[in-house]
Amino acid sequence: MLVSTKWLSEYVNTQGLDPKDLGEKITRAGIEVDAVIDRSHGMTNVVVGYVKEKVKHPEADKLNICQVDVGEETTQIICGAPNVEAGQKVIVARPGAVLPGGMKIKKAKLRGEESNGMICSLQELGIEGRLVSKAYADGIYVLPETAVPGESVLPLLGLDDVVLELGLTPNRSDALSMLGVAYEVGAILSEDMQYPEASYSESNEKASDYLNLKVEAMEENPMYIAKVVKNIQVKESPLWLQHRLMAAGVRPHNNVVDITNYVLMEYGQPLHAFDYDRLETKEIVVRLASEGEKIVTLDDQERTLKSNHLVITNGKEPIAIAGVMGGANSEVHNDTTTVVIESAYFASGSVRQTSKDHNLRSDASARFEKGVDPNRVILAAERAASLLAELAGGEVLAGSVMVDELDKTPAEVVVSPDFINNRLGMKISLEDMTSILTRLKFDYQAANGLLYIKAPTRRQDIKIEEDIIEEIARMYGYDEIPMTLPVEESKPGGLSSYQAKRRQVRAYLEGAGLYQAITYSLTSKEMSQKFALETAPVTELLMPMSEDRSILRQSLIPHLLEAVTYNTARQADTVALYEVGSVFLGETESGLPHEQEHLAAVISGKWLDHSWQGEKKAVDFFVLKGIVEGLMELLGLSKEVVFERTEVDGLHPGRTASIKLAGEEIGLIAQLHPSEQKTRDLKETYVLELNLAKVLNKEVEALYYAPVSKFPSISRDIALVVDSEKATGELQAIIHLSGGRLLKNVHLFDLYEGEKMEPGKKSVAFSLTYFDPERTLTDEEVVNAHNKVLKALAEKAGAELRG
Amino acid sequence: MEAQLQQLKEEVLQKIEASASVKELNDVRVAYLGKKGPITDLLKGMGKLPAEERPKMGALVNVVREEVTTVLEARMTLLQEQAINEQLEKESIDVTLPGRPIKTGNHHPLTRVVEEIEDLFISMGYEIAEGPEVEKDYYNFEALNLPKGHPARDMQDSFYISEDILLRTHTSPVQARTMEAKEGQPIKIICPGKVYRRDNDDATHSHQFTQIEGLVIGENIRMSDLKGTLSIFAKKMFGDDREIRLRPSFFPFTEPSVEMDISCFKCGGDGCNVCKKTGWIEILGAGMVHPNVLEMAGYDSKKLSGFAFGMGPERIAMLKYGVEDIRHFYTNDVRFLSQFHRTEV
Ligand SMILES: [Zn+2]
Repeated sequence: MLVSTKWLSEYVNTQGLDPKDLGEKITRAGIEVDAVIDRSHGMTNVVVGYVKEKVKHPEADKLNICQVDVGEETTQIICGAPNVEAGQKVIVARPGAVLPGGMKIKKAKLRGEESNGMICSLQELGIEGRLVSKAYADGIYVLPETAVPGESVLPLLGLDDVVLELGLTPNRSDALSMLGVAYEVGAILSEDMQYPEASYSESNEKASDYLNLKVEAMEENPMYIAKVVKNIQVKESPLWLQHRLMAAGVRPHNNVVDITNYVLMEYGQPLHAFDYDRLETKEIVVRLASEGEKIVTLDDQERTLKSNHLVITNGKEPIAIAGVMGGANSEVHNDTTTVVIESAYFASGSVRQTSKDHNLRSDASARFEKGVDPNRVILAAERAASLLAELAGGEVLAGSVMVDELDKTPAEVVVSPDFINNRLGMKISLEDMTSILTRLKFDYQAANGLLYIKAPTRRQDIKIEEDIIEEIARMYGYDEIPMTLPVEESKPGGLSSYQAKRRQVRAYLEGAGLYQAITYSLTSKEMSQKFALETAPVTELLMPMSEDRSILRQSLIPHLLEAVTYNTARQADTVALYEVGSVFLGETESGLPHEQEHLAAVISGKWLDHSWQGEKKAVDFFVLKGIVEGLMELLGLSKEVVFERTEVDGLHPGRTASIKLAGEEIGLIAQLHPSEQKTRDLKETYVLELNLAKVLNKEVEALYYAPVSKFPSISRDIALVVDSEKATGELQAIIHLSGGRLLKNVHLFDLYEGEKMEPGKKSVAFSLTYFDPERTLTDEEVVNAHNKVLKALAEKAGAELRG
Repeated sequence: MEAQLQQLKEEVLQKIEASASVKELNDVRVAYLGKKGPITDLLKGMGKLPAEERPKMGALVNVVREEVTTVLEARMTLLQEQAINEQLEKESIDVTLPGRPIKTGNHHPLTRVVEEIEDLFISMGYEIAEGPEVEKDYYNFEALNLPKGHPARDMQDSFYISEDILLRTHTSPVQARTMEAKEGQPIKIICPGKVYRRDNDDATHSHQFTQIEGLVIGENIRMSDLKGTLSIFAKKMFGDDREIRLRPSFFPFTEPSVEMDISCFKCGGDGCNVCKKTGWIEILGAGMVHPNVLEMAGYDSKKLSGFAFGMGPERIAMLKYGVEDIRHFYTNDVRFLSQFHRTEV
């Protein structure tokens, strides 16, 4: 909502406040002023000129040499506008003027001819092109004959004004009108309101002689009033009205249309003007459209209606879509002499649905959607009639035709001052409260320790006690609210065990060298299930904004890989990222997808680069595996985790492991398939995805200290020759199983496969640690245990001791 | 014999002087002062001397021996020092060479902000509540006093999955769910999480972003409690001398509703580009929980009251760290992420 402060001051005394200060007060009281716009843009030296003479420029077809009376002198100005003519009063920017946008006017020579200034269009004075009436849209602006040469044009065009741009929240539809804003400002400044005048003399003829009205959809249209004005002359509106409309962001058309728009801005009540003679039937019937019925609207579009769209008809065919847009068939033309002014209350839901279906949003529909003031429907019609009489020479027919079943009872709220103070944590006196209600022009009675309040109908947001609390508080000043803390039973706060562990997981991964990434949950169909640990029916948007963001992901890996590609393309030699986020699987009983928190990581490039001391390592499978093992160690799960070879689409078939926790698959770790690496322009890249929820929810034993033993442990190394494809994990498992209670640790310390070995064989060396916390072990005990291990290895894995 | 002794002394002193290393000097010691050395020989040869000369001669030999030993030891100390110095010289390194890197990652800046906020509120007795990102229309809107057809729904264009399931547009449904689960009991929670809105991604909009909300419900929770709580938050996040101001606003789920501004942390209130010359920066929205919201979740709004507040970690991170484009948070450029490694001031 754009509010001209000059216009506003017609309804309420703004106490000569600087518009900026006024804006600040309005903001602090609850309606945010988004911008304070000085319409003059600081212009000076822009005056009325009278074009005495116009001749063609001898050297340039499109230029005219004009002799212009600018008050103190007559001066020569070259003008290129197609519509400049001798005898016009025009806007002249004199040398020294600075126009909005920074253009400085200087004396100049144009093709050899002197030019002392510029004849201006409205656009050159900073008015948006869309607001300039069509007659002057492509040329200079012509002022009325009464303009006096030499006088500043700013007051004439209403540019000596400051406009406040209000950012209205949906509840404050009352401020969608100048009067509504005046009420608000009046309450803030403790000033009274001045209503605009609406008086005219009525004709002897009656509106009801001209027009029949029937409303067949009372629910959608509980109130409709029409006034008939005849003998009007359609012409340009007076300048003051035009510039007020422009200040409000509305383009002037002709006096009839402008008056309906002016009253809309003034009262917040949308009006519509029909050409009476084009109605043809002397009848207005408001009804729901029949399915598929058609109407050509003012914008020359043919629109197909649905059975829930409310239409105004002439009894035969639609002449307007109610509250949204008029029809072309009943439009006011230059030759119109009699108009029907419609003022109505259309139900908000109906207008919202209709304007949505036709994708038509207008100043009118916006107001109906939010609900107009039932008590202004008649007032606005009267005001429009009065302006038509005044500005269009119209004769207002007596009375009006009206259907009115609209409930206009104000909302009643009963609230106790104590309740208000308790909720605010304040001690506002009853006097202060009632004085605020008076300023707000709310009817009230104070009795029995209670306030009985009738909220005015313009304030449809006031319904309950809490609404009154807000009104009192915002007028009293939020700065006056003290600062306290809740008084309550003291209870410790904290993280749940899951949340605490998740934080530790993050800290661990970051300590291990990974950066936390956050990627989008929405992805493409193609990516939604790629690399997924588990797939289920996907969750798809009804109306995605793009194919790439149309489905919720079931794996975190694809977007992390995109991030790796992004970084690699920008010369990052190492990329190590992890993400914790949800995947969305299938559907639960409640209809929502099953959301599972996952952890994913990707690493690519160098892992360690300390070349000058000869330490260098590229990322590989075991770097990532080491990180996972460390993580499981951190969570106390390492004993229950195993890695098994597996194959997954898009991953390296020889370098993919599934991660199992207590036998259940909870993750995967792999190298990206070389062909996937190639399409993504990546070097060797390793990926990990874990079902974090499963991991963190897994119950673990309480942490309990094992005494640090005074007794030494004994180590024995074994080097084994086994078949190349024998998994070391299997050997390790055999050792653990057969080593008995004394075997405490098995450590792989060497692996050899190569020339010195028989083909198809490899050598694996383990160091076994035997230990008893209670005593020193004897050689014999160790030898016994160790022999069992060797025997088991030979029997179960065909392992031979290497000589 | 005396002359022989004198000559021997000269000879030893010369050898000592000539020794260039600890080893050479040790050789000299063994050669001349050892059990098989000439001085020992001399002492042994004293038996051939007349008995009256023996004491005199013995004393003389001892004097020479002591003199030589003293010189030798002094030389030994010197040579040892030299040897250590040489070794130190050899072992010296270029201390300006780079150390072995310890490469660590760090929190995403949004997580950093969220955890900072979580920790502050945990210290004031709050718990962290989480909920699904795909929500029922009921929890996302209806339970929050946003019935179907409510005009405020236009403010949040949503991603719908079906007619009554959508990607949550705020973290408020977690509040609604918590209230429902707590069945009338007091609540003190912080709800962080991802939210989604139908916006085209640009410098200030993102179809996915983060929110963190707080909710307190109890007996006689007052608006002054909200103000006091927010003031603590503002000081903790943006500096001890931050002031706050509340402006009336509108949210369907709170009444009264406010927006909170903080005094500009960059200019202190004088006006700068961060605060758009106003001296104030809008940080969050808040309010007293709307009685409809309380009643719908089974709370008696006459007995219990509450406050709620919500903010965008993106906005806070952008303000705090001067990030100019919201898309940085989702591009995961390591050059961006790695800047949030260090500790705060
Ligand atoms: Zn500032």
